[in-house]
Amino acid sequence: MMARDRSLIVAGAIFALLLVAPYGLGLIGQGYLTGLLMRAMLLAIAALSLDLLVGQGGMVSFGHSAFVGLGAYALAIGLQAGIDSLLLLTLIALAVSGLFALVTGALALRTSGVYFLMITLAFGQMTYFTLTSLAAYGGDDGLTLWSLATLFGSDVAQNAGQIYFVILAVMVATWWLVHRIGQSRFGRVLRGARDNPERAEVMGFSVFRYRLTAYVIAGMIASLSGVLTAQQNEFVSPALATWQHSGDLLVILVIGGLGSRNGAILGAFFVVIVQDLLGAVTPDWRLIYGPLLVLVVLFAKGGLNRLFAPARQGPAA
Amino acid sequence: MSLTLLLIQCLNGLQYGMMLFLIAAGLTLVFGVMGFINLAHGVQYMVGAYLAFAFLHLTGNFWLAALLSMITALAFGLLLEHVIFRHLYGRDHLDQVLATFGIIIFLNELAKVLFGPATLSLPVPELLSGSIPLTPELRYPVYRLATIGAGVLVAGLLYLAVGHTRVGMLIRAGATTPQMVAALGVNIRRLFMVVFGVGAMLAGFAGVIAAPIFAVEPGMGDNILIVAFVVIIIGGIGSIRGAFLAALMVGLIDTLGRTLATQATGLVLPPSMSDQVGPALASMLIYILMAAILVFRPQGLLPAKGAA
Amino acid sequence: MSVLEIRNLSKSFGAVQVSRDISLSVAARQCHALIGPNGAGKTTLIHQVSGVLRPDAGRVLLDGRDITADPIWRRARAGLGRTFQITSVLPSFSVRENVALAAQAKAGSSMRFFAPAAAEAGLNRCADSVLERIRMADRAGVLAADLSHGERRLLELGIALAGAPKFLLLDEPMAGLGRAESLRLGDILEELRREIPMLLVEHDMDAIFRLADTVSVLVEGRVVARGTPDQVRADPAARAAYLGDGGSGGAAGGAA
Repeated sequence: MMARDRSLIVAGAIFALLLVAPYGLGLIGQGYLTGLLMRAMLLAIAALSLDLLVGQGGMVSFGHSAFVGLGAYALAIGLQAGIDSLLLLTLIALAVSGLFALVTGALALRTSGVYFLMITLAFGQMTYFTLTSLAAYGGDDGLTLWSLATLFGSDVAQNAGQIYFVILAVMVATWWLVHRIGQSRFGRVLRGARDNPERAEVMGFSVFRYRLTAYVIAGMIASLSGVLTAQQNEFVSPALATWQHSGDLLVILVIGGLGSRNGAILGAFFVVIVQDLLGAVTPDWRLIYGPLLVLVVLFAKGGLNRLFAPARQGPAA
Repeated sequence: MSLTLLLIQCLNGLQYGMMLFLIAAGLTLVFGVMGFINLAHGVQYMVGAYLAFAFLHLTGNFWLAALLSMITALAFGLLLEHVIFRHLYGRDHLDQVLATFGIIIFLNELAKVLFGPATLSLPVPELLSGSIPLTPELRYPVYRLATIGAGVLVAGLLYLAVGHTRVGMLIRAGATTPQMVAALGVNIRRLFMVVFGVGAMLAGFAGVIAAPIFAVEPGMGDNILIVAFVVIIIGGIGSIRGAFLAALMVGLIDTLGRTLATQATGLVLPPSMSDQVGPALASMLIYILMAAILVFRPQGLLPAKGAA
Repeated sequence: MSVLEIRNLSKSFGAVQVSRDISLSVAARQCHALIGPNGAGKTTLIHQVSGVLRPDAGRVLLDGRDITADPIWRRARAGLGRTFQITSVLPSFSVRENVALAAQAKAGSSMRFFAPAAAEAGLNRCADSVLERIRMADRAGVLAADLSHGERRLLELGIALAGAPKFLLLDEPMAGLGRAESLRLGDILEELRREIPMLLVEHDMDAIFRLADTVSVLVEGRVVARGTPDQVRADPAARAAYLGDGGSGGAAGGAA
């Protein structure tokens, strides 16, 4: 209980800080940092959804960025087709990614463990190459969004408006939703199937159905991150769906702490800040970042979340 | 499309398939025997190609460079195994994936720093530089034929080694019942090192022979790694024969798909649409094949006996 | 009217026939024990009843309904509870949560995404009454991973009970238990056997004599003797399987 309360306090503190950050940063003339915060929040949304699969469900997906890419392209293609309502475009993105998750998930979940990982990786790569082959939408180079989606006709969800707060709101809502799901009947079945799928079946649960449902939910949430990323960058490209991006999301989860309340958010901020700091030191920052990952895996189990809530850790897959 | 072009594409497909096989063979053995998922296997292919480039500049002789590259690739693989991978064998797969992901990031960047981000190319060795007529109007580069031959040769050697030697027997036993091998008192550490070394060398070898044909660039191993995953899922994890069959299928389907898909979709769709749909479909073909295999034979075409 | 009925079940792995035309039925309030040497095919039979394996021929009926083709989870929903020979619980769940999850399967849809499951009074009540039954109420908050082997065997039974089964398959529930623990589990099963019919695979002969109404002796996948415990004890075929010539029973391989 203590740990849980503490993690709520940590979350509250993070959200409060994020709420005032743009004003503070504006005052000290560091406005560009809000861009960094937005990037971290967008990653956090995708990572939170992935934690539903990896942390709660024990399904290590290496293709999660495909859904981010699908969300972004749903927005871009919808805009080109003349739709500019953000709500409608979001619904389209959710439908597309949900359907894609349903089909690829049903195939990938015929297996489990490493097979599942390889197959999700392959479907992710398929999505990436499909996006690069869309010559009408920029192919490899991507597509600049000359017009953006509007929310009830206003520019609230644009850089010209208050997109920072829209992203923050969506991140908080996702955080709330993912943990709500984790504690629900559904989440309990999902965690039970992670612990011991055979047992869950014998209790009377079709593990496949629960996992597939989780896969669809996670894919749809990740596509929200894609929609907002496109709207914020005013640009989409297949790079959103690369497998390295999927790897980044897993790194965020492991660094933050799998299956923990705030791990995905802490991890996202940590990774974005570290990459930015290293990038400031040297353009070849990956020479440091790569070995850093290896060291984290070898020596730091449990993730950042441990610092704040050492009591209960969801075990890894 | 002419029959000649089709033949050329078939040969190119075979050649790509051989390359995939060399990579997938190591990957499937390492995973089958050690239960270790090595994302950095693709980087070892890149390392092979860059080593060939570097040694060619040092020695000026392709054959010497190839030999030195393979020895270095082997040594490098064993070094990675010794320093990092052996600490990961007992860990869960997510840890293995992330650590090897870190290695990929590092080596890709290192290649960029040392050799620059631009695409490098290697000249085809003189001995194999010509082309030979296959039919009156079709000439095909000797080097590409030689790579097909090299692939077949390696496949044959692997098949013999795995099927008919003591180490091979242990490898097969290890792929199906690892506890059994440990119980027999075999030095698992050494077996792992041998398997890992062979895998690294095969990937390096693929990189060396790919260097004169494909672009040598940072990240070149990443995409081929994922296709190699597709190959071993189709073939059946841990199975050399499965990897061979699946590599050829994937190589042919991918290569032919890229030339035929637009024409095939053109039969049913108007040209403006088929120009869009064709390439998209072509890039999806091997994944569709994988999906079909998963539906009908989730354990792969030729699974290693006893494996799930 | 029998609750569980097995009709002419046969199963082979390659050349090894592990179940040969096995028929068996268990009526309400009956405990049917299955004994036999290692490798006789007892666990293989349990697996075919619970759905882990599909029989090559024959049928399995629960309450008169054919469940032969149903997947594991659907059989469980239909009222088939089971315990495993090798303990199978959810290690990262508390004892209460283990049982509550099993109860959840029988208490409406689990496709509910918002309300916290731990706060559902109905599930918790059900879990607590099961924990009373298996004498583990005082361990409700402990993680299953931290239990002793004996406690985990009890929890395993508790998980099966929480699903309100019509029939119980118990695969060597006493395996690995000390004398006192065996007696404690025996007490619990004795309470249960007049409520829930069961098929009991067990090596512990004391438990068999205490609990079973009928005993079937399985040797090389075939039922060679059947009767009350006393009849079976006197049966020459059963004696042969356990004494003297029983060595051939091991030849069926590690199929159990």
